[in-house]
Amino acid sequence: MWQRRSASVTRRLNPMGLAKRIIPCLDVDNGRVVKGVNFVDIRDAGDPVEIAMRYNEQGADEVCFLDITASSDGRETTVHTVEQIAEHVFIPLTVGGGIRSVADIRTMLNAGADKVSINTAAIHNPELVRESALRFGSQCIVVAIDAKRVDDVDGQPRWEIFTHGGRKPTGIDAVAWAVRMAELGAGEILLTSMDRDGTRNGFELGVTRAITDAVEIPVIASGGVGTLDHLVDGVTLGGADAVLAASIFHFGEFTVPQAKDYMAARGIEVRR
Amino acid sequence: MSGMVAVIDYGMGNLHSVASALAHVGADEVVVTHDADLIRQADRVVFPGVGAIRDCMSEIRRLKCDELLAQALTKQHVPVLAICVGLQALMDRSEENDGVDCLGIIPGEVRFFGNPLTDADGQRLKVPHMGWNEVHQQRDHPLWAGIPDMTRFYFVHSYYVHARDRSLLAGSVEYGVSADAALARDNLFAVQFHPEKSADAGLTLLKNFLNWNGQC
Repeated sequence: MWQRRSASVTRRLNPMGLAKRIIPCLDVDNGRVVKGVNFVDIRDAGDPVEIAMRYNEQGADEVCFLDITASSDGRETTVHTVEQIAEHVFIPLTVGGGIRSVADIRTMLNAGADKVSINTAAIHNPELVRESALRFGSQCIVVAIDAKRVDDVDGQPRWEIFTHGGRKPTGIDAVAWAVRMAELGAGEILLTSMDRDGTRNGFELGVTRAITDAVEIPVIASGGVGTLDHLVDGVTLGGADAVLAASIFHFGEFTVPQAKDYMAARGIEVRR
Repeated sequence: MSGMVAVIDYGMGNLHSVASALAHVGADEVVVTHDADLIRQADRVVFPGVGAIRDCMSEIRRLKCDELLAQALTKQHVPVLAICVGLQALMDRSEENDGVDCLGIIPGEVRFFGNPLTDADGQRLKVPHMGWNEVHQQRDHPLWAGIPDMTRFYFVHSYYVHARDRSLLAGSVEYGVSADAALARDNLFAVQFHPEKSADAGLTLLKNFLNWNGQC
């Protein structure tokens, strides 16, 4: 098995031509893009519509928009921002954050989102995933999983789902949860390592690999990207179908084309 | 002049993107509607679709969009563009939802990608087929104008189309199987991918649709 996998790496990772996706992520609070370091230290990186347009021009494969706005007034702003992005950006747009009900999903899809990402609400009410997948189609239902490593007593790695920005344990095994969400109709998993998010130390590849191996649906790796090698590792070692990053793109360290050139040079199929 | 473009709305999902992409590439007027009079008056018709086929088919029939679509297809000067589930709905039958009869406008079927799905090297492929894949143009068509062969378009689907009449094939995509990515017949062009989500390549295709006279 291992031999076969490494043999194909030397040929072409993805011989059928489907490109691995690069997804810049905008964390948005009251209509402005921010990026927290471990969700605490927040810096302002500008207007979400302009930034989404810039990523579209750079050749990003999708854009992800995570709404971290707390107030209900702010939610109105979010809907308006999604509408504006959808009018100007003709690549897939995923919207997450604060999605609690079928009505919330409908609001975001009607505003122009192509997919919505459901996180805590799926934990409180897994049926929401089934219901919304039946109503709107699996293709637009992304389940976001925030995982933290909590090793077993025997030292075996295990990952558990945490809520509230990584502060609250749920006791739910992340891999088993991903399998269940796929069974309920999720079309994609957005996996964030809470140990790595904001650290720039790279994806937590153990949980990425465990989940990509366990489910048939695509997995987006997120949390911890600090270098272009991290993006490569997410695909080659983690087995991710897409890689999501924020700060390395927002602050101009790397452009999307630079990331794609780097990945392509390492045998990864990308869209250019 | 594109004239009035009617995007047929049978209540399944968001048609905002299709409409704004058409407006973006210069459509004179875009209406998102299931109103029979508006669709009959339209200079161009877009038949989109997202979601599960059974619900789509029941809404298409309930709102009589099937009849309106069939009428539009008889008018040679009215170009029709079907997208994603809009393409699948044109076929005879889909394997989705335990088997659903579709419109039978194009002979052929809609099949599940299979599970597990593997490529020629035995590597596992994820289902749905989601992301940017290369479309192999199988013949010249006005809607391919300015789009190089093997350009990537954005796909998201778990079922794929196989038309019986292979002469209708305008584009194919490889994903474990060779799936029909675009079919063309007279004034109809039908695509599995989402041109409205396929960045510049998709916008070029939509612009070509607005400039197309329905002949090929």
